[in-house]
Amino acid sequence: MKIYRILDIFVLISIAIALYMVFIYAPIENIMGIVQKIFYFHVSSAWISFMGFSVTFICSILYLYTNKPLFDYVAYSSVEISLTFCTIVLITGPIWAKPIWFVWWTWDPRLTTTLILWFIYVGYIMLRKFIEDEEKKARFSAALGIIGFIDVPIVFFSIRWWRTIHPNVIQKGGGGIAPEMMNTLLLSILAFTLLYISFIIKRVRIELIEKDLKILKKSFM
Amino acid sequence: MMNYIKTIYYIFEKDILLELKNKDIISSMLLFSLLIVTIFSFIINPAADYKSEIASGVLWIAIVFSGLLGLNRSIVIETMDETLTALMLAPVDKSAILFGKVLSNTFFMIAMEFMIIPAFTVFYNINIFASSCLSPIIFISCTYGFCLLGTFFSFMASKTKIGEIILPLLLLPILIPLLLAGIQSLSSCITGENLENIYKWIRVIFIFDLIFTVVINAIFEYIVEE
Repeated sequence: MKIYRILDIFVLISIAIALYMVFIYAPIENIMGIVQKIFYFHVSSAWISFMGFSVTFICSILYLYTNKPLFDYVAYSSVEISLTFCTIVLITGPIWAKPIWFVWWTWDPRLTTTLILWFIYVGYIMLRKFIEDEEKKARFSAALGIIGFIDVPIVFFSIRWWRTIHPNVIQKGGGGIAPEMMNTLLLSILAFTLLYISFIIKRVRIELIEKDLKILKKSFM
Repeated sequence: MMNYIKTIYYIFEKDILLELKNKDIISSMLLFSLLIVTIFSFIINPAADYKSEIASGVLWIAIVFSGLLGLNRSIVIETMDETLTALMLAPVDKSAILFGKVLSNTFFMIAMEFMIIPAFTVFYNINIFASSCLSPIIFISCTYGFCLLGTFFSFMASKTKIGEIILPLLLLPILIPLLLAGIQSLSSCITGENLENIYKWIRVIFIFDLIFTVVINAIFEYIVEE
């Protein structure tokens, strides 16, 4: 059995356990009630999207440095997957915020940064769609992968700094959470990470197969 | 080093001479920014009390949008007869060519700002020097940052199938910190509130400019390699 098949089984098991823990094991939050459970998916997705964009950043640098197409495939695949999870973050956030903050959206640094992150990487995918030459596509998107990632902390700090000037912002309530909740969160993050790895292996394999297919098509023409 | 600076200067000189002959970049940018300022007068009442808080935003939007227009034009001139390819074949440092273009674009935009700001002052009855003399530094450093990333992305955009449409989509999200700092610091210059923050915002702009000058200098060589 191939290694990624074994990984898939692990993904299935960990997701099943995570779902059990989220809905049955973890207690219902006192104040927020059942809606708090979205938190486990929200935070895990946010984790995946930030991790995935870092993978893109590293692979973009490695691509420009070594010129190996594999790094480009990993960078691109990682953007596709992370952007999906980033979208999940942006959708689950307002669902949670409406009953708790009484608004769908606030322009808090974390929310704004995530939204801008989303815009940058949608631009990344669009850029790739509109360049035909494979080599150029890889180089340009690597540049955007590097510049976009470096930009994110600057965006975050400048907005946070601006918002502390205007104190009338709803701050995210942090603080202590029950140990059962913590365990559930950690397991959800683990399950999502495994899912990400499994996705990226599949996505890179598709990319490699597509490349082979293109070569085959050319040789028959 | 000397050659590097010379290359930058030659590119800059070439663009200036071309612009003096055609006058299409600055004139179209200026007209467009005037139009934006005029259209905004329908949204915010220029006689209202709150206008001084919003004014810096209006001015920056006019500058950024007309800047996008100018960036597109300046790259179209280069791609029309494949002169960009010819430039890239020249046996000089590739990033010097980029920085030459950045410099000329910055120059065109500052020239445009020189004309739009007095018009803006008249239309909105606002003095951008009212509380601080730092506003020229804000304009120059922000314009440089805008042109640096803008020229870089317009190089990339010119190689895509849809050309200029992709430029604002790539550029604007990256520019958020710069725009935020520019709008906030200029707003303090106009209203006189939070004056102590101007230095901090200028520092944000400088850091942004510095980081991206270094990064783009480092990666541009790899991007144009063909």
